[in-house]
Amino acid sequence: MNWLALASIVSAAIAVSFGALGPALGEGRSVAAAMDAIARQPEAANSISRTLFVGLAMIETTAIYCLVVALLLLFANPLLH
Amino acid sequence: MKSPLENTVLFHVGSVPVTEVVVVTWAIMVVLVLGASLAARRLSLRPSAFQAMLELIVTTVDGQIRDTMRVDPAPYRAFIGTLFVFIFVANWSSLVPGVEPPTAHLETDAALALLVFLAIIFFGVRAGGIGGYLRTFATPTPIMIPLNFVESLTRTFSLLVRLFGNVMSGVFVIGIVLSLAGLLVPIPFMALDLLTGAVQAYIFSVLAMVFIAGAVNETENTGKERKPT
Repeated sequence: MNWLALASIVSAAIAVSFGALGPALGEGRSVAAAMDAIARQPEAANSISRTLFVGLAMIETTAIYCLVVALLLLFANPLLH
Repeated sequence: MKSPLENTVLFHVGSVPVTEVVVVTWAIMVVLVLGASLAARRLSLRPSAFQAMLELIVTTVDGQIRDTMRVDPAPYRAFIGTLFVFIFVANWSSLVPGVEPPTAHLETDAALALLVFLAIIFFGVRAGGIGGYLRTFATPTPIMIPLNFVESLTRTFSLLVRLFGNVMSGVFVIGIVLSLAGLLVPIPFMALDLLTGAVQAYIFSVLAMVFIAGAVNETENTGKERKPT
């Protein structure tokens, strides 16, 4: 195995692990804020949870980007072929 | 391990290769169209159980459109409803043994995101004409034209990557766990995958609604600013 493949594998792992950190913290904060809002105003639960879902999807996209970058490094690496 | 970016070619029509994804997509489309037309043939005022279930789906989609876009759902029902039902069925088609969900491949998601991109333009143009829609790119100031333009491309791209990443990672994790642990171990992951599939179908259609509603509202508002009545 050459050093380029090794570097790709290591950087794929780093991309996914650090890419998951930020969205996890952000999603935790947003869910906590939504719970707080629902506890204060239970009658607005519907619209709060819909907005929460859309927001979570937006936040999660950053983690998914990292995952896609990692997969590109592992399976479609332009430097290896 | 098989790359998630590759496609298996099943057979050739002439010189055109037909992949597994295309076959599964067409099977889902046939099932949905035939099911819908068979169900719509025998509609009655006293609904059967099946008709009541379909009416429940339509009312739920209508309610979501009304809540999210705050307009009459009729013009958007067909597009949003079809998007939701197709993605939902496609994500859950992994329940059928041997079938890989078509949304776990980049091409299907690219087609769906492209449809949303075109629908945003279509509904925006219908709300205020081509000039009215193009003018929304120059709001609030003409300096924003490149940013607005890039935004309309990147949000389509992020729709595509989000759906692809979520569904593909589910399939991938199940494959890895199956090859590592054995027969019955991936079942909790499959249950989680079903939840993710349903949530992703919901999120995809909600985001499509939000984008379309944004384009329509902006077009109407910029039109009003120029022609005060």
